[in-house]
Amino acid sequence: MHLHDVWFVLIAVLWTGYFFLEGFDFGVGILTKLLARDRAERRVLINTIGPVWDGNEVWLLTAGGATFAAFPEWYATLFSGFYLPLLVILVCLIVRGVAFEYRAKRPDERWQRNWEHAIFWTSLVPAVLWGVAFANIARGVKIDAAKDYVGSVWDLFNGYALLGGLVTLTLFTFHGAVFVSLKTVGPIRERARALASVAGVVAAVAAAAFLIWTQAHSGDTWSLVALIVAVAALAAAVGANLAGREGWAFACSGITIAAAVAMLFLSLFPDVMPSSLNSDWSLTVTNASATPYTLRIMTWCAGIATPLVLLYQGWTYWVFRKRIGTQHIAESLH
Amino acid sequence: MQIALGSLDIARWQFGITTVYHFLFVPLTISLSAMTAALQTAWVRTGKDKYLQATKFWGKLFLINIAMGVVTGIVQEFQFGMNWSAYSRFVGDIFGAPLAFEALIAFFFESTFIGLWIFGWDKLPKKIHLGCIWMVSLGTVLSAYFILAANSWMQHPVGYHYNPKTKRAELDDFLAVLTQNTALAQFFHTMSAAFLTGAAFMIGICAYHLARKKHIAVMRSSLRMALVVAVVAGALTAISGDTLGKVMFKQQPMKMAAAEALWDGQKGAPFSIFAVGDVNKGHNEVAVEVPNLLSFLATDDFGSYVGGINDVNKAEQQKFGPGDYRPNIPVAYWGFRWMIGFGVISIGVGAAGLWLTRRRFWLAPEHRTGEDEVPHLMLTRGLRINEGLSRWYWRIALLTMVFPLLANSWGWIFTETGRQPWVVYGVLRTKDAVSPGVSAGEVLTSVIVFTALYAVLAVIEVRLLVKYVKAGPPELTDDDRRSPTRIGGDREDADRPMAFSY
Repeated sequence: MHLHDVWFVLIAVLWTGYFFLEGFDFGVGILTKLLARDRAERRVLINTIGPVWDGNEVWLLTAGGATFAAFPEWYATLFSGFYLPLLVILVCLIVRGVAFEYRAKRPDERWQRNWEHAIFWTSLVPAVLWGVAFANIARGVKIDAAKDYVGSVWDLFNGYALLGGLVTLTLFTFHGAVFVSLKTVGPIRERARALASVAGVVAAVAAAAFLIWTQAHSGDTWSLVALIVAVAALAAAVGANLAGREGWAFACSGITIAAAVAMLFLSLFPDVMPSSLNSDWSLTVTNASATPYTLRIMTWCAGIATPLVLLYQGWTYWVFRKRIGTQHIAESLH
Repeated sequence: MQIALGSLDIARWQFGITTVYHFLFVPLTISLSAMTAALQTAWVRTGKDKYLQATKFWGKLFLINIAMGVVTGIVQEFQFGMNWSAYSRFVGDIFGAPLAFEALIAFFFESTFIGLWIFGWDKLPKKIHLGCIWMVSLGTVLSAYFILAANSWMQHPVGYHYNPKTKRAELDDFLAVLTQNTALAQFFHTMSAAFLTGAAFMIGICAYHLARKKHIAVMRSSLRMALVVAVVAGALTAISGDTLGKVMFKQQPMKMAAAEALWDGQKGAPFSIFAVGDVNKGHNEVAVEVPNLLSFLATDDFGSYVGGINDVNKAEQQKFGPGDYRPNIPVAYWGFRWMIGFGVISIGVGAAGLWLTRRRFWLAPEHRTGEDEVPHLMLTRGLRINEGLSRWYWRIALLTMVFPLLANSWGWIFTETGRQPWVVYGVLRTKDAVSPGVSAGEVLTSVIVFTALYAVLAVIEVRLLVKYVKAGPPELTDDDRRSPTRIGGDREDADRPMAFSY
């Protein structure tokens, strides 16, 4: 196995980490409008991810930085090609981060409502756009001989990509609802479970359709295995949620996300960004990768740092393991 | 061609705007995290209320600030690929690695432990909670190191070769990239300037409250610490600036010649105080100079030869082919002066403050003040500055808050524009670095969106800062003083409201 293959896997792992973690905190952001009935409940929701959302987002920065280092051509083509959708994602992530941090910094109602609107929209829009982006990567886009994207921004919003966007939106909403049922007490927990059942079924239909389409387009045996795991895990997550087994439901919705990312990457390999114009112009693990020397350094760094990150980030979740409810939200504001 | 040129200029403006903006928050984050950690350490060790109040007060301002630093940093990670894809392809093998290291090592550290610190007051035992803010501080320092190593490689590329087959620069020696003298000097200079920035920020706010005789105990202790940090960091900034200058005279003679508007090389070159020049004719019309000083700054020798803009331009034409290798000289010249000027004023205000508020055994007994009194500003052992002048000192100290921010911004504008026309000095021109597939319209949309968004956020951020600065340190409750003994919070507190919630 070449180092560039290892890094193909590691990039997939980083995106998996990102979608697993920020997936539920996008979901929680969306649920602030669907689930919470009053201000105190909205605050409960926001505080379930309060201590962790920032660390979750670093998985994205790491995926970006690691792609830059390990596959410079992939980084360059992807980020310059998907320019406007990425711009929208960046704006959302900027506003979203500020919204979490600043919302409670003034007591007045309007200020807080505005930031709550911001949290909802800036969670929802990236949740859709990441699905659109990855569907386009899997499908192949107009890349020319110089490895530059030559399509228009509207080419990115094709039917398949929009279905991909629907999958990430519904899947993250489901994942978020399951997370909320696991992290809260009181009526909101019950409602989260009820909402998760609905969101789970919608997500299952959308995900099954999308993954089967992907399989038909560019799948192989391994991607078929991943597809089956993804769909089975999602069914199991919906079942566990109905049965009130919140921990299992969350584990299974997490496996669904991991298997769906795995399926996309398996259907890509050995391409990293196929060209729909000419398969000779596709970016592959070999023609897009960095030198073996750089990859070796990166491997050492990732090999040492990643387990540590998992350890202390995991520890954070353990520190804040207690469920929270409206009784834990102080009236006095900071 | 017209359009390509357009998108290049717009992309450069975007990089300039977003990066200078981002760097308003970065130095404050670096220094305030460490200074907040120091105050919290003082609280953990002494148990004194004033230190806990100070920790909460400065910690709050630090958090308002780091939120902006973090979100504007996301743009930095992405815009190389978005606007500078040709650059990314060319240097990715080298430049990507420190960026990935920064994310994997530093960003995770910062972001994870900041969450633990913000929400951990009633979830973590005292010392572990203190450890978290120190981890944040360590994260900010590591982050600065990796990104400065990456930038230093653009200033002075080392440890690589050009591969004509792949048409890109490829890494040979990562350690050389991390440890070359440019990186060390830049790191040293940027870190010390960051601490000067945070110290000036703290001095200004302490001055605001002390002038009004409010929150005296907290502000007095904070002022003391900030003045010491300002003077030490200020001295180190000057020393490291000198070191970095010498490195630059060797590595980028054009940048330094432009910084001095020294058109023609000479022995015993003068240091320019003020100049008005004509870029087209290639000489100065008016010049006020200190003879021989520039030669001394460049090489420690008053009589040494320093190359001028015109000579270096000719030398580069011979080396790299026909073209104009001069940066924007007025920007380099004035940027350099604003950087030094604002930096020196900040150091001066710090040094004056440190002297005027010195400790009791330096003072005559009748002038000594207690912990909860505003310190008298003492010129000599027995000579006290009168009320009116004292008020002026506090006013100037308040104003000093913004000076290091200006100095930092001009420093970066100087060093980045001074490297032009190169993006990687001597290797890749900026015009060849831009994304060929991105239209001028797209970049224009992007720069407008970011500028508008950043402007709105600046207003929100500053107003929030002002609100919390004016409110002063919080009154403490018994709950604030009590730390849990168990990780995750004490059992008997299970149903109590969280100490902090969004």
